Amino acid sequence: MELIFELVKGKNKGDIKLYALSTCAWCEKTKDLLKELGIEFKFIYVDLLQGDTKQYAIDEVRKYNKNCSFPTLVINNDKTIVGFKATEIKEALS
Amino acid sequence: MYEDMPEDRINKFYEKLKKDAEAGGYQLNPDTNFTKKLVKGLLVNQDRYSYQACPCRISSGVKDEDLDIICPCDYRDSDLEEYGTCYCALYVSQDVLNGKKELVSIPDRRLTEKEKIKQKESKIEITSSLKYPIWRCKVCGYLCARDGPPEICPICKAKKDRFEKFL
Ligand code: SF4
Repeated sequence: MELIFELVKGKNKGDIKLYALSTCAWCEKTKDLLKELGIEFKFIYVDLLQGDTKQYAIDEVRKYNKNCSFPTLVINNDKTIVGFKATEIKEALS
Repeated sequence: MYEDMPEDRINKFYEKLKKDAEAGGYQLNPDTNFTKKLVKGLLVNQDRYSYQACPCRISSGVKDEDLDIICPCDYRDSDLEEYGTCYCALYVSQDVLNGKKELVSIPDRRLTEKEKIKQKESKIEITSSLKYPIWRCKVCGYLCARDGPPEICPICKAKKDRFEKFL
């Protein structure tokens, strides 16, 4: 199965994935920060998925963040930032 | 999605939450823009799951599995105490409100707490010699001694299913 992310265009800094919830205010702040930084990224609202796809997404998030909490930001399949950590995000993407 | 929720419904619910919070000695996050997003999230969850699951946690859609994260969640008081905010930052402490403490995004204590509970449950239950068992409201900590928990917590209005046998 492959999850369908939504793409936000901008400067290419590699593969930047944001797992978020559509109802979570910290997730939105994270998304806004990435937009402000003008970086290209893709995001997915896990709560809007259904059934098997939702479970698949949850399992995928767990690989990066065992608590499966949101927002989970994954940079180049390597670095994971959990929660809205503005300074950490800026540093990692500068 | 859910873009079409009427402002009026969000505002009304916001006012209600604010009033209830203040009556119980709690405070909502003064950043109303941020707070109203969460309030909307609670209404979205009410509509899609039929219970007000925490907007910042993934819900299963099965109420029994999510009782601990029905807002206000079982973790609100501990998080307010330790970090000055609940996990979503819907509720904040007096120190955060006065600007004495900075509001930041905090870790979710749900998983660790759940593990602790599991460990506790696996221990042998202590037999109590009390005349009545003691029930504890997991939302606000209210205790009462009676045959079963009350229908509604007289302090914070949480429903019966949020009580645990304490002693
Ligand atoms: S963290 Fe708890 S108290 Fe705060 S909004 Fe979520 S459910 Fe409500």
